[in-house]
Amino acid sequence: MKRSLKSALEVSGIYLIVLIMFAVILYPLVWAFSMSLNPGTSLFSLKLIPDNWSLEHYRWLFSDPRSDYTLWYKNTLIVAVSNGLASVCLVTILAYVFSRFRFVGRKNSIYTFLLLQMFPVLMGMVAIYLLLNTVNLLDTFTGLILVYVFGGLPMNVFLVKGYLDTIPRDLDESAKMDGAGYMTIFFRILMPLARPIIAVVALFTFMAPFFDFLTPRIIIRSPEKFTLALGLYNFINDKFANNFTIFAAGTILIAIPIATVFLLLQRFLISGLADGATKG
Amino acid sequence: MNIQNAPGQQTIPRGHQNHNPVVALLLSLVPGLGQLYNRRWIKGFAFLIIGLSLIIALTLPVIHGVAGLIDLGDTPEKDDSRSLLVQGILSVIIGVIFLGLYAINLSDAFKDAKKRQQGTRTPSVRQAFRDSWEHGFPYFVVVPNFIMMALIVIFPLLFMISLAFTNYNLYNSPPAHLLDWVGFANFKALFTEAVWSKSLLSVLSWTVVWTLVATTLQITLAFFLAVLINDNRVKFKRVIRTVLILPWAVPSFMTVLVFTAMFNDTFGAINRDIFSHFGLSIPWLSDPLWARIAIIGIQVWLGFPYVFTLITGVLQSISKDWYEAADVDGGSRWKKFRFITMPHVLYATAPLLIMQYSFNFNNFNLIFLFNKGGPPVSGQNSGATDILISWVYSLTFNENNYKMAAAISIIMGIVVAAFAFYQFRKTRSFREEDMY
Repeated sequence: MKRSLKSALEVSGIYLIVLIMFAVILYPLVWAFSMSLNPGTSLFSLKLIPDNWSLEHYRWLFSDPRSDYTLWYKNTLIVAVSNGLASVCLVTILAYVFSRFRFVGRKNSIYTFLLLQMFPVLMGMVAIYLLLNTVNLLDTFTGLILVYVFGGLPMNVFLVKGYLDTIPRDLDESAKMDGAGYMTIFFRILMPLARPIIAVVALFTFMAPFFDFLTPRIIIRSPEKFTLALGLYNFINDKFANNFTIFAAGTILIAIPIATVFLLLQRFLISGLADGATKG
Repeated sequence: MNIQNAPGQQTIPRGHQNHNPVVALLLSLVPGLGQLYNRRWIKGFAFLIIGLSLIIALTLPVIHGVAGLIDLGDTPEKDDSRSLLVQGILSVIIGVIFLGLYAINLSDAFKDAKKRQQGTRTPSVRQAFRDSWEHGFPYFVVVPNFIMMALIVIFPLLFMISLAFTNYNLYNSPPAHLLDWVGFANFKALFTEAVWSKSLLSVLSWTVVWTLVATTLQITLAFFLAVLINDNRVKFKRVIRTVLILPWAVPSFMTVLVFTAMFNDTFGAINRDIFSHFGLSIPWLSDPLWARIAIIGIQVWLGFPYVFTLITGVLQSISKDWYEAADVDGGSRWKKFRFITMPHVLYATAPLLIMQYSFNFNNFNLIFLFNKGGPPVSGQNSGATDILISWVYSLTFNENNYKMAAAISIIMGIVVAAFAFYQFRKTRSFREEDMY
């Protein structure tokens, strides 16, 4: 009796903590949502749900001739999809090589890159600007995608390699006995087994362009090539209070699809990250 | 360029005693001749053509580039030192790759000659092709990718390091002026001139405090929640976990901007909705201490879900046997946590947790978007919440003080990389590399 009472108290304690966390997590999100419904441009809204809420800001984003929102959305999707696809291809094949082959520099090269990447890249941005300028890739999606793909490569290879290391080598040895080539082993055996971590890499690289405003800010010049992050940032950077409600609306339309994908892939995230980390 | 055994070599009778590897080595000073001397015709001609065309095409530009790198131009307006710097660094990178290929060519000629001298059977076409695929495969994959990574990762780094040794700032910027190499003058100024050393000290100490406090809090909170929710008696685990990783799922640059508005001193929701009930109005954005507290709180909010996800995954993979054994021995709950859960989790996640620290050390987005490093502090050219990276940003893009920004970047890069290197070496993934 006493024992079960104690247990019940503990469980309610846990739920209480969970509820507090829910409140802390949801408060800013709900607040942003309520802002986006708030007519006008004011940040003052006394209630969480405004009295005369309206969807005018959402409508503005899509129908007003001054709004480039759909264009930015399209640009971001182009960059995000290309980055995701290219990264997954390169990362998996590199991780395969690093996990299964022995070659000169195998042990140190990836760590060297990881360490070098810890140097702050901000100053490097000036160099990347000049570099892209000399090869005429400034203000192009190609330049932006190249920087994303190869900049993120070391970290992602490290993650996937850790995961592949956990897959027994006996599997590919026996496939080799049966006459399978490298490509067969890679596509038919390792790729299907590594699906969780590949999902993680695909997700991370797909989302990077949605999150990042700094790289496009330096590479992209013309307004018709802005990505969402850059466009929305400029939105509120000029006159903060004035456009905040529209910014909130634009933000929510990005957050919803991304969060949905994220939550759907939750299962993969948990197992992929944990297994990659265990052997990392 | 592929240096594998070219197909087309048929068997050669045993040992050629008077075939001299040294001659092959010397001959291949002109790429390909050594290989021809080894009677490897296809490979020899391929090397000859590729090698000579590379030498003809690249020697002059590379020498030109390196020369430009050394003097950084001599006529203002006409010579742009920055371009000379870029070309120079690229030339050095190309030159190094070039020398590497050349060395491979030399050693290849020498080895083949040795084999021929000893009469090792030259592999058949089929065999040679197989061998080349077998040994070459990793290189085919790795080399092109590494060249690209060198351009995107190493080249900017070299450029930045170079800038730290020049006098490039707003008042001395190309193309109107020429840059000069100034040795360690910038580093010296950083430590001896009062404005710089004072700013550096205050930024550095806040960066360290920020990194340690924010990251540790975020890991502790995540660990605590993960263990709580992993409890068998808790229901709706899926729903709870879904809500808890929401802050990670929503693009962070947006949530930070939302937080900025919420923390606004006068019209922000935090002051109005929460603290006004207690008759308080806290200057979140204008007081250094409160700004720092707010920023740490936001980072914990943003950062804990990732660690939470990670630890949840590890918790699920710890075998139940451990806990059952502990139950048999009568271990208390704290002991089980301390001696089973904690070692497992830390062991498994250490490298990624270390990266969390280095991530926060370089967490530019949050600092910049929240308050642009402000509020300003008198007597120094950095703001109260400025960490090194955001300070470097404002030095670079607002004040165009490239030389100092570069010098600071180098110092912080060395600090982080040394710390990470030390930690990596301690984690087992680094040591275990060669275990299979």
